This record gives sequence, structure tokens and C-alpha cells, in this order.
Amino acid sequence: MNARSDDPVLTVRGLEVAFETNDGTIEAVRGIDLDVHRGETVAIVGESGSGKSQSMMAAMGLLASNGRARGKAVYRGRDLVGMRERDLNRIRGDKITMIFQEPMTSLDPLYRVGRQLAEPMLHHRGLSRRAAREKAIALLDRVGIPDPQRRIDAYPHELSGGQRQRVMIAMALANDPDLLIADEPTTALDVTVQAQILTLLADLQRERGMAIVFITHDLGIVRRFASRVYVMRRGEVVESGDTRTVFEAPRHPYTRMLIDAEPAGEKAPPPADAPMALSGERVRVSFDIGGGLLKGPPVVLKAVDDVTLRLRKGQTIGVVGESGSGKSTLGRALLRLLSSEGRIVFMGRDISAADKAAMRPLRKELQLVFQDPFGSLSPRMTIGQIVTEGLLVHEPGLSGQERERRAVEALREVGLDPAMRNRYPHEFSGGQRQRIAIARAVILKPHVVVLDEPTSALDRSVQKQIVELLRDIQSRYGMAYLFISHDLAVVRAMSDYVVVMKTGRVVEEGPTGAIFERPASDYTKSLMHAAFALTDFHDEARRVAQGG
Amino acid sequence: MQMRLDPAADSDDLARSIADAGPSRSLWQDAWLRLRRNKAAVASGLVLAFFALVAIFGPALAPNPYDRVFPQYVRVPASLEAYPRADSIVPEFESVLARARVEVGDISLDGGTISAPIVSGSGIDPRFTRFVERSNLFTNARIVDISADETRATMVADVARTYFFFGTDANGRDLFARTMIGVRISLAIGLLASLTALVIGVAYGAVAGFLGGRIDGVMMRFVDILYSLPFIFFVILLVVFFGGNFVLMFLAVGAIEWLDMARIVRGQTISLKRQEFVQAAEALGVKPGGIVRRHIVPNTLGPVVVYLTLLVPKVILLESFLSFLGLGVQEPLTSLGVLISEGAANMQGATWMLVFPAITLIVILFALNFLGDGLRDALDPRDR
Repeated sequence: MNARSDDPVLTVRGLEVAFETNDGTIEAVRGIDLDVHRGETVAIVGESGSGKSQSMMAAMGLLASNGRARGKAVYRGRDLVGMRERDLNRIRGDKITMIFQEPMTSLDPLYRVGRQLAEPMLHHRGLSRRAAREKAIALLDRVGIPDPQRRIDAYPHELSGGQRQRVMIAMALANDPDLLIADEPTTALDVTVQAQILTLLADLQRERGMAIVFITHDLGIVRRFASRVYVMRRGEVVESGDTRTVFEAPRHPYTRMLIDAEPAGEKAPPPADAPMALSGERVRVSFDIGGGLLKGPPVVLKAVDDVTLRLRKGQTIGVVGESGSGKSTLGRALLRLLSSEGRIVFMGRDISAADKAAMRPLRKELQLVFQDPFGSLSPRMTIGQIVTEGLLVHEPGLSGQERERRAVEALREVGLDPAMRNRYPHEFSGGQRQRIAIARAVILKPHVVVLDEPTSALDRSVQKQIVELLRDIQSRYGMAYLFISHDLAVVRAMSDYVVVMKTGRVVEEGPTGAIFERPASDYTKSLMHAAFALTDFHDEARRVAQGG
Repeated sequence: MQMRLDPAADSDDLARSIADAGPSRSLWQDAWLRLRRNKAAVASGLVLAFFALVAIFGPALAPNPYDRVFPQYVRVPASLEAYPRADSIVPEFESVLARARVEVGDISLDGGTISAPIVSGSGIDPRFTRFVERSNLFTNARIVDISADETRATMVADVARTYFFFGTDANGRDLFARTMIGVRISLAIGLLASLTALVIGVAYGAVAGFLGGRIDGVMMRFVDILYSLPFIFFVILLVVFFGGNFVLMFLAVGAIEWLDMARIVRGQTISLKRQEFVQAAEALGVKPGGIVRRHIVPNTLGPVVVYLTLLVPKVILLESFLSFLGLGVQEPLTSLGVLISEGAANMQGATWMLVFPAITLIVILFALNFLGDGLRDALDPRDR
């Protein structure tokens, strides 16, 4: 896959992208140079807002209406910047194609997969419908969709996230492109699926000799997958070169910071005599997902099936699993936000039968931090109001001034400037919002906090800060965490005990060190493989991925 | 923007950062600050304030009362000059004096008084004034400056002159005064009914949407039942109950108009309550009432405000329809809707009867819409 030749496919020189906004001009890309040769994989790495996506969008003529591009992006002797829409359309979707991050939204939900796949072939190749369909089936087969004859007539919602991304790849390959631009194609996927997609892309590249530009914030992928890498920061390329060289001897401090941003460290288990904070015995949660009156027998989904978990004061239990494994449901059931069967005991008190009203006073002690820092903060409340809402409920006697003081304290504690508490959530970055969500939980000094993927929506370096913050708060107040995540690296750094879940059941559990060093079940092994094989060097990792 | 601070910072520092941020502001204070920056909305607000003042004080300050009939000025066009016009007063004065068989000199018209030197060979008779007063244009006729030989004098009379800036209607009533009273009635009705609809609709919709399930079903079926009842039947019932009291009556109209509002708010609420911030509030132990008040209702305000600005004109027009049926405001009281429908009927001969009330209504509605837009933007902190 590193068949580098001196045959340039895309040459970018002095590319600048600016957006006109109400607050003035924002320079997203400030003059970058970039070369992509035939058959090579180039990665563009950077954190959100670094301009890595916008630079490629500009080359494809896909900027938002307020965006302006300057400079050159030459594809086979023709400058794409400023090219007429009609000429551009002959190239994009045909010779240069793109796949995007969100497989859920990049397929049109109203059309069958086959029709969307056939579209570029009908348009660019002038194939007949029948021929296009034949070719679409072959493509689906190639990208590893099982039973393509049947799947071609499926609607997008009938496919899983990984399958949708495969369909997107098939679409991008339909016309044998020279260049495939992959914009965070695996970020929204589970680790095991991520590994499969990456392997698929690598195989396809070898087969067809196309060039791939891989836009990502995940250094693990870059290290494994790309031959050359460009590191972007604030619209500029700060470092570029051979992947191995850049990783082994990063010259720019920013690159070094990115490489060091992998969460590190480990958590010591709590003392053996630490009191039990929250325990669930044989917890079951099931949802009715079909059937019922006149529709046949009820169909029940067992989201959590017979899970037992004991969380002690000062302990962090990591719950690991792919999406759909029931780990979030388990967290909510333990907090009695969902009704469940089984026995749940909080600080020696059986709360399995407590109703909403009975739980209300206990909510002070049992807090929850959500994955999505954008959705979990009310958009029309100021940060101050959001953080102090819990006080309003649980300590109604506090004066306004006292609440204010507590808000300032809590914001300081999570590393935010308390002077910003009159602002609204949308003014903050993802990491800052997650800090706000954490402040909302810790202001009540709870005993137990369920952290539901608190770092998944964040950049690596921000993830690291949040992990440190959470550890810091835990050591100060000795609270117990239930840390739910699909990101094994973060779980390893955060927790002293790990529970691996699959389809609602616990497959394996044990102290963190033991699980990570000697995984017993096949499922855990495959998770480990997918997650940590990614951080190895590409040649070695590829062998492993192909073997497994 | 991030600061790594020692959590145990001393209290001075704490006090300073509290002072830095100023006191906490509520959503409405914040919205007000943002609204003030929106020029169109501020201008609209001023226009509406002007009309509100007109509605309150205008009728009292107008040259004529809104219900006085001027039989001699039926459907006279709008004019900045006073009625009767000079070119109709002077010949009339001439002719009445001719009837008194006196010679008339130069007639001069000065504001509300008219005067002319008169010469009579048979001597000036004080009864000459009766001839003048017989005409209904003149009052208070008197003879002054009688010369020594009693053959020359000056006849002076007051002319009742009045202004009809917007002309008069088919009954000879001052349209200016009537437009102002119409603004008063229409604004009052529009705001009363819309606010009633707002309060009931938002509360009902938010509660139904938030509680969901069976309660939602029952509450919404009740709304469906109200939808299916004929509106006019309702209004007739209301008129029977409340009689001629139009304030109560339009509170009642508002109490019917809330149905759409409840639907809109319920729909919004259902999508909002699945949002994570509502779950987060539940996880904090916030009671359902608090969630509805702090999280649901503020987030429905955008569409609600827009719908409200559509509702006000709707109610104003609805009122003219009811008045047309004889169920709304009763003569001689009037409203903009009534004036416009009268104007439309007289459009061919008397355009002013349509133009002035219509322009007034248009200006009010424009202002309401701009203000509504401005409010929606101001209430959405994301959109600056």
C-alpha cells in the first residue's frame, strides 16, 4: 500500500479557506501545501477546528456558501479551485470521491441502497440501469456486505452503522476513482467495526492502486494506515513527513503533544474494607420492541440480562462493550432512571422498589454525566443556572448569594473561569461543555457518579484533560465512578476494575490489569485486538488484522 | 478561556470573580439586552408604543368625538383644511345677506369668524342677524362698528369649522376619531385574546406533552373535541353568557384560540423531552414541574413567539368578522376590522374610508411581525 510513485494525483499549493461570518472573517486554512501521489495513503491529522476537513472540502468545491477558497489544488494538471461547477461535477464523484464521518446521515433515508449506489454510475458512466445494478451488487459483495442480492433493495435504516459505511465506500468506488478522500470514516463506529473498515480500505487500495487522503484525529489510525502524514493546527501544516519519522521523532511540540495525548496512568483499587456504595444484583432490563395486541406474541429485547455489579467507595468500575451491548442501559438502571428487575442497594438501602418521588432526595448522591456535551446542557440556561440547578432542588434553603458562591467554586474545580457563568452552552467548546456537565454533577458532592462515555465525543488531547480532571475530583472526594466507554485506552487509564459486556450480558470481569494483560474470553480478545492493534505500526498490525 | 485555578483560592479572589461576572441574568433580562441591539425590532416596538398611546389618549384629543354625526358632511374626503371650505362659506354668506337686502362689501374669512361691511339705505336693523343665523353654517351673528348715520356697519358671524383629517364616513362621522378608537379596540382585543391563548396553550401543551401516555391522550382528545365544535356556535354561546362586555368576550375567544398553540407546544415538548438535558434534569432529581418550567417552556419560546405574532392579526380579523355578524363590538363603537370592511364597501366613491384604516392596520401588523421576529431571535441565545 505504500507503492509511492512520482505520479502526483493531487497537488495543493498555498490553499487558503476563509469564512465570512457575522463576527468577521474566520481563516480556517491559512495557506497549506500538500501532495498526494498515486497509490499512497496520506493522513491529515489535527484536532477539531484545525481546518483539516475544510482544506479537502475546498479542493472538492464543497465549502459552505459563506466560504472562500484561494490558492491551487491541481488534479492531473487542472486546478480545482475556482473551477466551474459543471466541470467540477465531471471530476468529483467520478475521479475524486469522498466518504464522510456520519454513515447515519450521509445516505438518503428515502431511497434504497441500490439506487443510491447506481446513481454515480448512471451519471458519470452512462450505464444502463440493469448494468448499474449488476455492478452495484458486485461492489456490495466486494465491500463485504453479506447477501448483496437482497441487501441492495434495503433502505439505509435497515443496515447497521458499519454496513452503511461499507455502502458509502462502495459508492465511492463505483467509478474507480484515482483519489478517495476519507473524512473521519471510522470515528462513529465501534472499535471492531473500525478495524474491519480500515482493513477493507487498505485491501481496496492495494487492489486498485488509488490514492487515499485520510482525515482523522486518531493517531492510532494514522500510525497504522498512512505512509505520510500532515499535522495541522489552526489552519496550518505544522509538520509533515513519513509517518514513521514523524511518530518516532516529532519535531513540532504540537505533534509531540498529540502523540502524548494517549491517556496514561492507572488507578489503584480502593482499600479492601471500603464500604459498598452501590450494588446491583442480577439486574435485568427489558424493552418491548414489537408484538402486542393483534400483532402476535410480544417481542422482548433483553438490554441488560442478569448483571451483578458491586461498586465500592472510591472505586472506578469500567464497563466496556460495543454499541448495543447494554452498558448505558445498565448505568441508567443502577441509577433507577429506568425500571429494572433485580436488587439495587445504595449505601445499605434497598432502592430496587423506590419510585420516582422516593428517589428524588437520593438523586443528590447518584449523579450522571452524559456522552454528548452538546445535548446534555439546556441551550437556554446560562452556565451558572445549569450548574446550580441541583442546588435549587436539593438545598432549597440556600440564598442566591450562597448558590452563586457554590457555582463559582464548582466551576473553578473543573478548571473553568467562573466569570463565564453568564454565558450560554453554545459559546463553549466540547471539552469545556463536558467540564460544565461534570461541575453540575460534582456541585452536589455525590457518592456515585455514572459517567456514560464522557470522553467519546472529544478530541484525544481534550480527553486526556477530562480523564485527569475526573481522577483529580475522585481523589479529592472519594466518590465511586461507573465509567462506561467503548474506548479501551481511556478505560484502562480510569478504572481499577473492568466489566466487559456483550448483548446485555457480562462476558468477563476482573481487575483492570488482569483483564488487559490476560483477556480470557474471545470477545474481549477481539476488542483488545481491534483497539490496540491500531496503535501498532501498520505493517505488523495489518498482518494481525488480516489473520484475525 | 480555561483557567486552572486552585479550588481553595482565598475569598478575595472569589469575591472578585463573582463581581467580574456581574449578577446572574435571567433569560428575559438577557433577551431584553439582545432585543435592544436589533434595530428593526426596536423601531417596531416604538411604533407599537406610539399606537398604544394613540389608542389610549387619541380619542380624547381628536377634534371630534368618534360617535358624533355631522349630517352636512357625509362622506367628505380627507383634508388638512377645515370644513366647511372657504369657497362654500363665502357664497353662502353673500346669499344670506342678499336676502336681508343689504349691499355687501368685501367678505373676509378669518379662521372661525367671517365678516363683511354692509350698507343699507334704510338703516341697519339688528334683526339682520336673524337672516344670517338661519343658515346652519353661522352662529353668533352680530353687527359691529355701526356708523353714525346708521347706514354702514360690519356683519360678523362665527363659522363652525372643523377638521376631518381622514374624511368622514357614510354617516358623517369623523374617520380620524373613529380610526383611533378602532386602534384602541383592535389592539386591546388582539393582545387580550392572544395572551389568553398563550397562557392556556403553553401550559396545556407543555403538560400534555411532558406527561405523555394516557394523560396526553386524554388531554389531546379534549382538544380534538373543541376543534370539532363549530366556532360560530361557540361565539354565540359566549355572547349569550357574557352579553355585550367585549373584554370578557375576547378573553373567551382567546380561550378558544389556544387550541393551535397547545398543539404546537405539545409537539415541541415531545421532541424536547427526549433531549439529554431533560434526562440530565431528571437525574438531578428536578421535579416534573421544575423541568417543564425551566427546561421545556423556555425552549419552546421560538415557535411560540412566532405563532403569537400570527395570532394577533388573526384575532383582529376574526373580530371584524364577528362584528360583521353583529356579535363583536357594537355601533357606535368600532374597530379597525369594521372600519376596513365599511371602507371596502365604499371603495368606489370614498377611497379614504378604506385607505386610512387599512394603512393603520398594516403598520401595526408589520410592527408586530418585526417585533415577533426580533423576540424570537432575542430569546434564542444561540443565534446572535
